[in-house]
Amino acid sequence: MTFPSPATTATATDADDSVTGVAEPAPAIVGRSPGQLMWRRFRRDKTGVISAVIVLFFVLVALAAPLISALYGKDPDTTYGLDNPGLLNDYGNPVLPNGGMSSDFWFGIEPSLGRDVFMQLVYGIRTSLSIALAATVATTVIGIVVGIVAGYAGGRTDYFIGRTIDVLLSFPSTLFIIAFMPVVENLLVKPDEETPTWLRAAALIIFLTVFGWAGLARLLRGNVLSLREREFVEAARVTGASPTRIIFKELLPNLWTPILIQSTLLLPALVTSEAALSFLGVGMIEPVPDWGRMFLRGTEVYQTDITYLMFPGIALLIFVVAFNLLGDSVRDAFDPKIRR
Amino acid sequence: MLRFLTRRTIGAAVILLIIAAVTFFLFFAVPADPARLACGKICPPETLAQARHNLGLDQPIFVQFVEWLAGVFVGRDYDGLGHCPAPCLGYSFVNHAPVFDTIVDRMPVTISLTLGSAIIFLLFGVSTGVVAALNQGKALDKIASVSSLIGASVQIYFVGTLAMYFLVFQWDVIERPRYVPFTDNPLQWAYGLLLPWIVLAIIFTANYTRMTRSTMVEQLGEDYVRTARAKGMPARTVITRFALRGTLTPIVTIFGIDVGTLIGGAIITETTFSLQGIGRLSIQAVVNSDLPMLMATVLLAAAAIVVFNVIVDALYAVIDPRVRLS
Repeated sequence: MTFPSPATTATATDADDSVTGVAEPAPAIVGRSPGQLMWRRFRRDKTGVISAVIVLFFVLVALAAPLISALYGKDPDTTYGLDNPGLLNDYGNPVLPNGGMSSDFWFGIEPSLGRDVFMQLVYGIRTSLSIALAATVATTVIGIVVGIVAGYAGGRTDYFIGRTIDVLLSFPSTLFIIAFMPVVENLLVKPDEETPTWLRAAALIIFLTVFGWAGLARLLRGNVLSLREREFVEAARVTGASPTRIIFKELLPNLWTPILIQSTLLLPALVTSEAALSFLGVGMIEPVPDWGRMFLRGTEVYQTDITYLMFPGIALLIFVVAFNLLGDSVRDAFDPKIRR
Repeated sequence: MLRFLTRRTIGAAVILLIIAAVTFFLFFAVPADPARLACGKICPPETLAQARHNLGLDQPIFVQFVEWLAGVFVGRDYDGLGHCPAPCLGYSFVNHAPVFDTIVDRMPVTISLTLGSAIIFLLFGVSTGVVAALNQGKALDKIASVSSLIGASVQIYFVGTLAMYFLVFQWDVIERPRYVPFTDNPLQWAYGLLLPWIVLAIIFTANYTRMTRSTMVEQLGEDYVRTARAKGMPARTVITRFALRGTLTPIVTIFGIDVGTLIGGAIITETTFSLQGIGRLSIQAVVNSDLPMLMATVLLAAAAIVVFNVIVDALYAVIDPRVRLS
């Protein structure tokens, strides 16, 4: 194991940690795990904490969508504008200025269909975040497994995996997903049937995963290659530790840093990828509320109702900025040597 | 150098061949009736019959692939449709024309789009990065890092549409983007593509600013830069001839990836601005379910990425003489 010995950990924290002195009666030497150290450094990073709060807010919105819907008194599917005359004009545009924003419809109403934009966005965030999160988890797991196998096994396995990664990274992924989606539908759905929502979501997650893992796997392979030759792994091998033990107890604990950093960068990238696919019409389709699909609708109606596009756009901008800042802070907290 | 180039070209060709085989198999062997998919949404029975016959669907998938591959190099005859000269990437039963002709027709739009924006984001990104690095911690540096953070987080379909709405429709600052061939009127060509160029550049510049800044900061601390300064070289020379040269390698890497990706089809940009390039072509192929066209656009995009990878690797040696090509 390469964890720093308790003694060095304690001196390192004491040196840069004056906050703990208040809680403890005497500057006693306390051993802290790398995880605790990371958490302490992270807590002191204001930008990181604020962006984490923003990201958490989005996650909460996604989780609590039904609750928000109940409190707000509307749902994403009802066509309020069509049901109640006076909300939309003859051209299907909101009567009130700014996309029909009012105390009843906070973010306005959708042109022509007359659905509530606030509810569409809340449920849209829920759809997009769930898909992106599932894809991130799958990507990370596959990336870890393949990366460790390639790096640890070496030889022919490594060569084969390496070439597979080369091919995958040269694949025009967006285009391929766009192209292959109709083929999947053709294969699994009868021509006269609608594609079920779960199938679209599953296909999106699988495609995003297939093209996502290669980068992480390549990175981890490199890390494993250098770790494999280190003394502590050699020592474990000499004492007769099984490959399972070496991988889980010796290698994996040293890989959590790059893994966590990569997945914090991966999630916003996958959210925007999913949004882009829906924008291009191959992601989630009507009537499922979706963040990306709102952009598609927004670009259809922007000449008459720009407000409709603003809400998903600004929400996505805030989300991605917060996540990128969070990613930077996580990296700083894990790896204080890198100073940007 | 020659040996390196040969080796890498063969490697690139192998990767392309694998991608071609995989796409071909997925597109033509997986669907129940590829002829129907290749024929398009609205498919008259006689075209369907033609498609079925000419795609050789009664033969094993491997034979189909070899025939398609042979067509790329020596051309191919289609019964009742005429000859498709090499490089024949297939025949579009939707357009009733060889796929390659349509691609050649659309290529200039995508190349112009890429070229213009690439020049803007490379120059602008690198110079802001250098300025930020030289003014480390000062106001200029902070402005650069905040704007590049926002630039990196914003989406083309959002900024692009906003730009269209305000600049084109509300304030009449610029005309609706359109493509005029460079050979017809270079000024109109640049003017018509200016808005997409700028929007693409906003998205891509951020990467270059960040990368240039961080590498430049590193380079400015290097011994050889200090030596150059110590012997009294003018600051301008130290920065441009010494420090900047050291920052070129990572910049060339991402530049190669970006240009390769864009040449393969700036799908979202072309959709946002309704430009008829390769990206739009591929989307239309999906909408019309034009399988041969799709296959060709996927391959073209892959080829662009692979070719630019080789170019970048070769450039490393030119930029940094310490790099040994192997």
